[in-house]
Amino acid sequence: MSRIRIIFNKFFSGFIFIVLVTFSSNVIAADGEALFKTNCASCHKPDKDFSGPALKGWSERAPSKDWVYKWIANPANMIATDAYAKTLFEKWKPSIMTAFPQLKKDEIDAILKYVDDYTPPTIGPQANGQPQGSDDNSLLFGILTIILALIAFILIQVNSNLRKLSDDKEGVIRGEPIPFYRNKSYLMIGILTLFAVGGYFTIDGAIGLGRQKNYQPEQPIYYSHKVHAGINQISCLYCHGGAQDSKHANIPSVNVCMNCHMAIDKYEGEPIVKEDGKSVNGTAEIQKLYAYAGWNPVAKAYNPDNNADGIPDGASPIPWVRVHNLPDHVYFNHSQHIKVGKQQCQTCHGNIQEMPEVYQFTDLSMGWCINCHRESKVDFYNHETGEGNKFYSIYDKFHKDLKSGKMDSVTVGHIGGIECQKCHY
Amino acid sequence: MKRKYWQNFGELNGTEAFEESTKNEFQEDLLPLADLDDKGLLDAKTPRRDFLKYLGFSTAAAAIAASCEMPVRKSVPFLQKPDDLIPGIANYYASTYVNGGDAISIIVKQRDGRPIKIEGNEMSSITKGGTNAQAQASVLDLYDTTRLRYPMQKDGKQFKEVTSFDSFDKIIAGQMASIGSKPVVLLTSTIHSPTTLQIIAEFLAKYPNSRHVQYDAVSYSGMLLANEACYGKKAIPSYHFDNAKVIVSLDADFLGTWLSPVEFSKQYGVNRKVKGAKADLNRHFHFEGAMSLTGSNADDRYLHKPSETGVIALALLAKLGGTASAPAIADAKLVKGIDAAAAALNANKGAGLVVSGSNDVNVQIIVNAINEMIGANGKTINWGSTSNYRKGIDADMVKLVNDMNTGDVGALLLYDVNPIYSYTDSKKFAEGLNKTISISFNPTMDETTELCKYSIPSHHWLESWGDAEPKSGYISMIQPAINPLFKTRAFQTSLLKWSGNTIADYEVYFKNYWTTKLGSEDAYNIALQNGVVEPATPLISEGAFTNAALTEAATKVATTKSGAVEVVLYQKVSMGDGRHANNPWLQELPDPISKVTWDNYVMMSPAMAKTVFNIDILNNSGQADDYEVHPEKPVVKVTANGRSIELPVMIIPGNHPNVIAIAVGYGRQSNDAGKTLEYIGRSAYEAGKNAYPLVNFNGTTFQYATEVKIEKVGKTYPLAQTQVHAFTEDRPIIYETSQAKFNANPAAVLGEVNAELKTLLAPGAKDYVKDGTMYPYHEKPGIKWGMSIDLNTCTGCSACVVACIAENNVSVVGKKEVARYHDMHWLRIDRYFTGNMENPDVVFQPMLCQHCDNAPCENVCPVAATNHSSEGLNQMAYNRCIGTRYCANNCPYKVRRFNWMDYTGADSFPNNQEPLRGAEFNEVIFQMNDDLTRMVLNPDVTVRSRGVMEKCSFCVQRLQEGKLEAKKQQDPGLVRNLRTACSQACPTNAIMFGNVNDKESEVYKIRNVEQVNRNFYVLDQLHTLPNVNYLAKVRNTDRQVGHQEHHGEVHEEKEHS
Repeated sequence: MSRIRIIFNKFFSGFIFIVLVTFSSNVIAADGEALFKTNCASCHKPDKDFSGPALKGWSERAPSKDWVYKWIANPANMIATDAYAKTLFEKWKPSIMTAFPQLKKDEIDAILKYVDDYTPPTIGPQANGQPQGSDDNSLLFGILTIILALIAFILIQVNSNLRKLSDDKEGVIRGEPIPFYRNKSYLMIGILTLFAVGGYFTIDGAIGLGRQKNYQPEQPIYYSHKVHAGINQISCLYCHGGAQDSKHANIPSVNVCMNCHMAIDKYEGEPIVKEDGKSVNGTAEIQKLYAYAGWNPVAKAYNPDNNADGIPDGASPIPWVRVHNLPDHVYFNHSQHIKVGKQQCQTCHGNIQEMPEVYQFTDLSMGWCINCHRESKVDFYNHETGEGNKFYSIYDKFHKDLKSGKMDSVTVGHIGGIECQKCHY
Repeated sequence: MKRKYWQNFGELNGTEAFEESTKNEFQEDLLPLADLDDKGLLDAKTPRRDFLKYLGFSTAAAAIAASCEMPVRKSVPFLQKPDDLIPGIANYYASTYVNGGDAISIIVKQRDGRPIKIEGNEMSSITKGGTNAQAQASVLDLYDTTRLRYPMQKDGKQFKEVTSFDSFDKIIAGQMASIGSKPVVLLTSTIHSPTTLQIIAEFLAKYPNSRHVQYDAVSYSGMLLANEACYGKKAIPSYHFDNAKVIVSLDADFLGTWLSPVEFSKQYGVNRKVKGAKADLNRHFHFEGAMSLTGSNADDRYLHKPSETGVIALALLAKLGGTASAPAIADAKLVKGIDAAAAALNANKGAGLVVSGSNDVNVQIIVNAINEMIGANGKTINWGSTSNYRKGIDADMVKLVNDMNTGDVGALLLYDVNPIYSYTDSKKFAEGLNKTISISFNPTMDETTELCKYSIPSHHWLESWGDAEPKSGYISMIQPAINPLFKTRAFQTSLLKWSGNTIADYEVYFKNYWTTKLGSEDAYNIALQNGVVEPATPLISEGAFTNAALTEAATKVATTKSGAVEVVLYQKVSMGDGRHANNPWLQELPDPISKVTWDNYVMMSPAMAKTVFNIDILNNSGQADDYEVHPEKPVVKVTANGRSIELPVMIIPGNHPNVIAIAVGYGRQSNDAGKTLEYIGRSAYEAGKNAYPLVNFNGTTFQYATEVKIEKVGKTYPLAQTQVHAFTEDRPIIYETSQAKFNANPAAVLGEVNAELKTLLAPGAKDYVKDGTMYPYHEKPGIKWGMSIDLNTCTGCSACVVACIAENNVSVVGKKEVARYHDMHWLRIDRYFTGNMENPDVVFQPMLCQHCDNAPCENVCPVAATNHSSEGLNQMAYNRCIGTRYCANNCPYKVRRFNWMDYTGADSFPNNQEPLRGAEFNEVIFQMNDDLTRMVLNPDVTVRSRGVMEKCSFCVQRLQEGKLEAKKQQDPGLVRNLRTACSQACPTNAIMFGNVNDKESEVYKIRNVEQVNRNFYVLDQLHTLPNVNYLAKVRNTDRQVGHQEHHGEVHEEKEHS
């Protein structure tokens, strides 16, 4: 068994090495990919028309590269002044391209290079190899313990029988041995064991009350994160923008959905299959969204607002079922973790881009929070290099201790991250 | 043993009952086991079974509650999210708090579409970011359940809904057509909104003979008329207390309720602060009959009957060399006071200010002459910009009531006034009201609206557009922070519609008006964003004074008749003129002087109490105990103008022996008495008695001080006081000195205590902080929060207390709970008397959790629910607390509060509190069970459930938010001077807050650089190491104040951090 593992390990590290070498040789393209995904992917695809045109082959259509720079920086201005821009607008209206004045020329170049080099990934059974070996050996240990306990029990019985025999031989008179089920020591041990095991499970069960790990409620619309965040690679923050500003990540409002779904009225991807084997009609789910939004897919327009309440007639917000529920006495702030702590969404929400319908990945227990706070290092300021978050420049004691080697790194716990009033007030 | 600082008479005299009560500090009964009596658990009736029952029930309940399925929670996002709103992030909008004529520029904190907190707008040059208790509490009025929800008309005796505004407009048009040539009268409170005044003018132009009458429940007519006589303007000038070195106040409570207390507190604080090592304070003389908030802050305070105000003013004028003959004054102390005040004013020509709270025209004319003599005109009194806070002329109102009764008023439109409650002869007003078409715009079914024929409620100011011009030339804008909650319509829109204006919507009218006035829409938007439009250079000029009226005024004043007993009708800082009576935050706010909540009462001196009740509270400790220990107080009947009220007596030192004082603003009651709870509301219900009937009209103005007759009634009435709840047990907690002594030897004020601290250290030990205890010292590696409270500038105004309530979801518990010491305020203001018994000095000390670095509460918690953070916060984890209350027992500052009830509706079982309704509790404690009131809760602060301890958290939610912002911006400077709610609300900047590890922070500088000599920690000798420091009080007086000082003590500089 160990040999197999060694072979696997070698194979795996070799694989990692190859992957790293392949990707590091292609830095600019990778950069362009990231930029594309954060900025463009919510409306554009490289090879297909989406809310906006497919970007591949831009050089054949756009007047010049310079034109592209100007267009990206300020589309509204271009529509007003430029003839080609105007034709683009006429074709794609009412959507209008968002301006990205912050994108630099070399970044735009990287994006353009990425879309030019883009080849659609071959879809097939993913060969992601071995399932992760379970590190949880508790069952094994449990069985071993029981076997050992049984052996010990048998040995003790044998020992006492042998002693009885030898005593008989030597003429020492002893009473009949008490059967083990009436032996007070055994009974005591049995009771204590039962108490300990029963107590453990009772307390464990009690602690688990109100926790909802793996909670996967049925939602009013079968919304697949896999399709959106996974296959179509829409940035998490496009919909959950609150995560970087607010304590709430925020479920997007219907108008955010409609930004794309005004154009996308059919689901044409891989068939979606629920866990219970039933298949989901993606196009029908999009129709449900239209009903909530008050959008008429035939006329490609919102319903008129005849009752003058400021929203299209028939429109109503979507009553999503909340998956992640923290108790009221817990203060959790997304922006603290995303913006300051630079955590990935997946750390707490799991591989959300692979979840068809969202389920709760962790138990969101206090122990789980605390463990992460104990281990996570903060982006501590370095007075010499100027790296890190300058806010931490005021932690004089830690700076001294780091210098003198008393500490090797500063964790969230060190700066008060495991104190009560960080989360409870 | 006589004590130096005392809170009540028992403490002063060290009486038996008092000593007993200090031993038995927590006197609560165990509520569910109330039938135990004193016999102990085992001897009680069926104790074991009861115990088992409760045990069994709670176990079963816990099991059922816990094992229920998790509820399915919905998360419903917007349909179309507004661009400027991110759920979870608060937005701040500049607006203006308006309350009758009061106007304070404020910032509204709006969270997820709900206004939840009011803060001062620092861009206003008038209030400079200050607020008061009423402004802080006004956000709760928005969610008042008694607000009217739709327009109504009377059908027989009952109101019934008018389904649409259009049909309401039609009905009114019909009514207006029917009145013929009779005048339409618009009766409002003082209005200084430029747009509203213009709309009113346009409205009046449509209806010939019509007029606009402004009516103030507490009027300033006397000043307006006196100024008309002296300066030719029926207006009130601006006052500049910040330019005054000497302030003389004759009955004017300018720090509490007079005219514009926030503005004046801000100005007063400027020269009340000790800047640097030497003190150079203003000198404040105060003449009054009953102890007021401002009087309690004065350097020298003199007592007189209210009828003598004019004589004192005249004597002062004569002393200053004015053309007046000094009248004879019998009271030698008073004469001395007048001499001292005159001398100080003479020595500070051009830097003195005399103000008077009298509503007597003649007194105000003399005061004007005095101010002219001392060169105040143009210096401390500014006619360049007049104050518009009060504009009501009493005679106009009296004439209106007469006209109504003679049938000479066609229609009466009432906006923001409640004369049935506040007019002295309300019966006559009611009779007149019956003879006219009456339309009320008031937001609630108050006493007057109840008698009107039509009701079309206007918006709350937080739902309105609008403007205010508190001082001419200084505009403050109002913008809505929430959509109207109910079917209400702006008062101005109604007037526009009824006058047939082409622009029939106030919002549009308002925008057009200001866009035109300011030049562009951009300028309009900037004005809305800033909240204020102010002139580039301050408008300052002198008024043209004429002395013509003086002689006549002097003659009249000299002949004023004096009564044997006189009453002063005053306003409390909490209740004002009574329009906030249904605001439980204000009702439960203890009066700064008497510390009584939920009631008004007759304030009486010990000397008068002795003559009326034969209670010798100063010398007979048995009688003092009888009076003080029980909440039940004897009742007197007070009669004036042929009208009388019965009120309990509160014995307060510092009142003139022939003067009683009664607060107005209480005793709201529907005409149909059984409807009070429904119409006026659960907070106003049974809170005090209405004192307005005692107001006397002297032919020109309303007089708020008059001769009365008092009689013993032989009844008692309970008063819920907070000050008797915690005692100092003779520990030194306040230090004060006089300016002369302080400047001679600044270190002496704390010499004694600093010397004592040294004796507490073991031989050889040096550092009190580290070596004064056997516990290890915990470093504060990054931030260390600290607060500094300046006893010199704290006026006791209590804005901080209400700010704390609003910010931290602090519960209201009702009178009955306060009476048994269950009040929940995290921040209280302790009031101590000291010195001369008849006219004591007062010290206010805001007391909150001191966040001790060596905290006595933390050591005794069996479950570690309270512990210390690495930033110096004494943390409280509510969900960990099991309610042993050991911590409260062990806290030397008595700042921990226990949730005896589910005051916030946090219980997991809905309606769990229902069985408690009834005699045991006031209705108001159930307020948080309704969804409307709950909207005011701050979502960043947990609502505490029954059975847990709570206390000041240093507004940790603000600190966390501030730190997050600092981390995002990567700038530690952003947390340097963060503001807690109390610190932000303070109109005198007495409370400072910040990171004391940062040497640039204000608190660090105060403690270690600027005010080392005044810096002390309360009960420092216990080695609690508080994170709140206080600055010793310095009074600018020649009298002996404060502790005996050891001269020549060398103060050792010690670093407090």
